[in-house]
Amino acid sequence: MALPPYATPGQRIWHFCYLTICALVLFFLVSPLIVVIPLSFNSAPFLHFTPEMLTLDPNGYSTLWYKSLFGMCDAEGASLWTSCTDKWKVGAFNSVVIAVMSTILATSLGTLAALGLSRDHVPFRRAIMGLMISPLIVPLIITASGMFFFFAKINLVSTLPGIVLAHTILGLPFVVITVTSTLVGFDNTLMKAAANLGGSPAYNFFKIQIPLIAPGVISGALFAFITSFDEIVIILFLGGPDQHTLPRQMWSGIREEISPTILAAATILVLLSIVLLTTLELLRRRSERLRGISPS
Amino acid sequence: MRRRGWFSDRPRVLPSPLIENFLTMPASPAKPGGPLLTADGMPLKTSLERSLKLSKIRALGLIFPPLLFLVILFVIPIGSLLTRSVDDGLSNKVLPKTLAAFERWDKTSEPDESMFEAVYLDMQAADTLDLSKLGTRMNYEKSGWRSLVKITMRGLNRIDGPPYKPAMLQLNKRWGDIEFWQSLGAMKDPVTLGYYLKAVDLKYDGNKNIMRVKKHNRIYQMLWWRTFLVSIIVTVGCLILAYPVAHLLANLPLRLSNLLMICVLMPFWTSLLVRIVSWMVMLQQNGVVNDSLVSLGMLHDENRLSMMYNFTGTVIVMTQILLPFMILPIYSVMKTIPPSYMKAAQNLGATPALAFIKVYMPQTIPGVGAGCILVFIVAIGYYITPELVGGKDGRLIGNLIAHHMQNSLNWGLASAMGAILLIAILTLYWVYDKLVGVDNMKMG
Repeated sequence: MALPPYATPGQRIWHFCYLTICALVLFFLVSPLIVVIPLSFNSAPFLHFTPEMLTLDPNGYSTLWYKSLFGMCDAEGASLWTSCTDKWKVGAFNSVVIAVMSTILATSLGTLAALGLSRDHVPFRRAIMGLMISPLIVPLIITASGMFFFFAKINLVSTLPGIVLAHTILGLPFVVITVTSTLVGFDNTLMKAAANLGGSPAYNFFKIQIPLIAPGVISGALFAFITSFDEIVIILFLGGPDQHTLPRQMWSGIREEISPTILAAATILVLLSIVLLTTLELLRRRSERLRGISPS
Repeated sequence: MRRRGWFSDRPRVLPSPLIENFLTMPASPAKPGGPLLTADGMPLKTSLERSLKLSKIRALGLIFPPLLFLVILFVIPIGSLLTRSVDDGLSNKVLPKTLAAFERWDKTSEPDESMFEAVYLDMQAADTLDLSKLGTRMNYEKSGWRSLVKITMRGLNRIDGPPYKPAMLQLNKRWGDIEFWQSLGAMKDPVTLGYYLKAVDLKYDGNKNIMRVKKHNRIYQMLWWRTFLVSIIVTVGCLILAYPVAHLLANLPLRLSNLLMICVLMPFWTSLLVRIVSWMVMLQQNGVVNDSLVSLGMLHDENRLSMMYNFTGTVIVMTQILLPFMILPIYSVMKTIPPSYMKAAQNLGATPALAFIKVYMPQTIPGVGAGCILVFIVAIGYYITPELVGGKDGRLIGNLIAHHMQNSLNWGLASAMGAILLIAILTLYWVYDKLVGVDNMKMG
């Protein structure tokens, strides 16, 4: 990207502007997420930087909000500014339970669909693919409304199975997309070789195909997990008091009493997303190495 | 690549010894000039057809369970939304005699005794719950119906026998108001487009003619327009911001571009609510942006910018949230453009700017198109972001759907608005499919 040595001054200025613009856009993308992290260690119940924080005075910082987040109420003053609640803990637990169950369902169904769609001679392939991906395209508010009408008829509103099934639908397209794109690079002669060597179809599937397409399956599962874990619209429409998830707790926190506790939760979620992103990047490299594409 | 062919994966139709046989004697005709036969004496054409059919059935067998799951839990619910948007069967179920009497009436004269009798008999026979639901439904056509139905329900057993007209007029004098009777006309069919009309500020009059609602009641057209406007602004904003970044990412050495790619993907992977909270921290009156501008002396303390809980806030936050959806498709197209094209153009005498506009930009059109459609589709159905940061003048059509679903409980109207939105989005999705192909969609 460096300029050639013969660049004119005008080109140099233009190039500099271009790099500045790019830096600003990237800054626009990332800065809000970065700002949250120091603010969550605020010792005062404000959502902006206090003078103490700006002068790096240790008194300006505390882990008060993390304590309140984890429901530890011994911290002095915590009760002054925040209601001491274990709702965050309960919410996180519920979110994990729902996300794990819907991820398992979405991953197995999505992988099945991707395996079918990647075979030769599938009739209506394009239409089926379009249908499988449509939950990603249809606005959540419409999906949630429709499911509300339908689930009310079959008594699934405000139940755990109802939420899990709804989240499975939302996670399905991600699994279908990632596994299908992994299967494009899958060498089918390996399966024939395995069959030739006497393996039964089931044995070959689990011992040969699954390990090779595992990176795609796992990244699809991660997408499904994070989709369910972050999901708020379905929960608002279909969830009852027993389905109090983390996003729902954040939602009521934002609408009712916005305190740095939310920033502490946000910081943890930002860190979680970095961990997930790193995992995904490592998986992608592994998958490319397995397929013999030069690592990038 | 996979081979498509008859001896690729069908050992049961053509067992391997037979294949060898077949390969050494490619054509083993029963009689010269006859059809090609496989070793077990079946015409090759039939054998291939059967094999093809079996492989189709196998593929469909794999697809069937997830497809069934999707149809039951996604397609049918969306369908139930669509039926609800036109369903108006309740009035026919509860008031059959009244609507029949309405048909016989000339719509202008004073309602006569037979009509009052019909109403009385219908309400006497009706289920209480159905009747109160119908009251709510009738209130959409003319306000006042709900209380009229309620009052009449309570007073019904005080009426003893005909004539009903004076008795009901005594219960409430609104029964004498001809406008109430006329409004029945909009409810007489079991299927109605009334909710769709309402969703675009139109309505039926008593004779089912379409007319506009009163000026001070028009809100939906404005909301559709605003939703469209926000989506366009966000799409254009994303395009302007994404183009240079995608160009940079596509042209940097891989190691560096992967690092910057993390900056693009991190917001993509972070919870939506977290991103909204962080923008609240940035943009509020005492937020980081205002504080910085004040301390830099670029802004007076008293006229801090209000960038949150309004139209501006919605646009800024949605642009940041949807930016990765624009960067990624443009980046993946730019990645495939060989840098030598630009060099060739300049070699042939073009200035760098001209070469960029005439040679480089046209090649990025597919990526730009895909990104724009994607961002527009996602933006037009947004609900959470405008709800939290939009305030009053940042509310979009999604928020109205949620309002009618959860607060006003006018589910018919919510469904009709959802259906209109859905049709718009599916049209764009279809265009996207033609342009890019849904199977080319990539994640991260």
